[in-house]
Amino acid sequence: MRRRLRGLVPYLFLVPGGLWLIAFFVVPMLVMASVSLQEGSLGTGYRMTWNFGIYPEVIADAWTQLSRSIVYALIVTIATLLIGFPMAYTIAFRGGRFKNILLLLVILPFFTAFIIRTLSWKLILADNGFVLGTLKDLGLLAPTTHVLASPLAVIGGLTYNFLPFMVLPLYVALEKIDPHLMEAATDLYASRRHAFLRVTLPLAMPGVFAGSLLVFIPTVGDFINADILGSRDTTMIGNVIQRLFLATNAYPEASALGFVLMAAVLVLVAIYARVVGARELTV
Amino acid sequence: MTQKSADSVPERRPPLSQRFSRALLPAFTALAVVYLFLPIAVMMAFSFNDPRGRLNITWQGFTVDNYFDVWHRPDITEPMVASLIVAIVATIVATILGTLIGLALTRYQFRGQGPLNLLIYIPMATPEVILGASLLSLWVTADVQRGIVTIIIAHVMFNISFVVVTVRARIAGFNRTLEEAAMDLGADEWTTFRKVTFPLIFPGILAAALLAFALSIDDYVITSFVSGQTTTFPLWVYGASRFGVPPEVNVLGTLIFVVAFALIVAQILWARRRKVTDGALAMEVQR
Repeated sequence: MRRRLRGLVPYLFLVPGGLWLIAFFVVPMLVMASVSLQEGSLGTGYRMTWNFGIYPEVIADAWTQLSRSIVYALIVTIATLLIGFPMAYTIAFRGGRFKNILLLLVILPFFTAFIIRTLSWKLILADNGFVLGTLKDLGLLAPTTHVLASPLAVIGGLTYNFLPFMVLPLYVALEKIDPHLMEAATDLYASRRHAFLRVTLPLAMPGVFAGSLLVFIPTVGDFINADILGSRDTTMIGNVIQRLFLATNAYPEASALGFVLMAAVLVLVAIYARVVGARELTV
Repeated sequence: MTQKSADSVPERRPPLSQRFSRALLPAFTALAVVYLFLPIAVMMAFSFNDPRGRLNITWQGFTVDNYFDVWHRPDITEPMVASLIVAIVATIVATILGTLIGLALTRYQFRGQGPLNLLIYIPMATPEVILGASLLSLWVTADVQRGIVTIIIAHVMFNISFVVVTVRARIAGFNRTLEEAAMDLGADEWTTFRKVTFPLIFPGILAAALLAFALSIDDYVITSFVSGQTTTFPLWVYGASRFGVPPEVNVLGTLIFVVAFALIVAQILWARRRKVTDGALAMEVQR
């Protein structure tokens, strides 16, 4: 009897949290799937009509924003990788006793609200703000130059906001590498460049993989940066979903578009996992 | 390679080009850190700005008045209180639920671990806009009024996964022999948990709670879908940004940053002391 009860302990631990996730993550996804196939309006109510035709419709309607979001997210992922890799490398191998302080500095910006940080960028990049304004006064920039409301501002804001998500997993992966391996490579007459490409980089790939996902996924669905720093020409898929849900109350279209985004993310992640996984095996 | 000769004669100063390339990485990292803190410095600076009119965009003069005025602005402090209530309740609930799952996953073998892992990781891999949208679909379909309760439910949901991952890392990292020793010395399971396991994983639980609190108090995207008429601090700031953000927002941002910074430093110092006591405890048990 006692033993049977003890076998139940793990389930008792799991049930409250597990049920919470099922009730407020799995069930809502199913509801959203069902809503996407219904027709009607908020006033007259919705009826299930298995309207699968809505999917090609919303894809066609939101194609510009969808492809723009994916392109932006790819650029941001590459940009954070280019900035984050040297940072993580320096902290892991050259940090010495400042390692933990440097890591803390990477995390600290999170303790200012995402919205406030993004609004700060709006201030920094403002046409006559203290950066552009000063450069214009000095005659270094044309008076008509503007950064806000351009793709550059949106991509820059996204890169800024998600950079720590790239640095941390890269650091974790690099920190595990035994520096002796690199020494061994150079002892065996590999050039430093070669040692980096053939030893350090392959060993850091799990970090590159994790970091890319942690940056790409939130970036592709983000709408705050496009909203605060962008213009109508930089609208992303998140903006469309948010507007359809909260402003126009077009629930079926919004739900369908949510699933399209989810599917796009899953497909891209699967392709990426394939490519990176295959490379890791061949190196 | 020239580097070889430099290695064998360590007293000789390396050539200029090499010294330059060695300084390159730290210099780059320093610049990147400046980049990370630039908007925060701007936020802090403009909390002392004395703007004429509504727009807090250009520097007009130094004042500390904002730090006193903010407490007389219920339109700002009420959302802040709502945010704090949401964050505190969501953190407590998510930390308890997540810690229990973390314990079950590391301590016990049972059927269904694979699906359970999926259930924990997929919410973390889902864009926030979809988490928020799907919850709104649920509430609209079930005809539930949105408000502070639905916000808390959503925050607990997205925090559970982060708590599980953080607590699990801590549990996986410590030595099970301590618990076995306690049991060998006649402690029952509950006493062992209370006297050995819990104190050892407590720093992990605390770190998870801090993370959950930070995620919760900062959340805009998911909250915007399930908030109904309730306004949290990020929602208020976002709404205000359309007309120009008053400096009082920067004041609260600065205060939150300073408090969070102090909490983290305290936690690090405490964890460091804790490590010493962990060692002492280990020696005690071994004896």
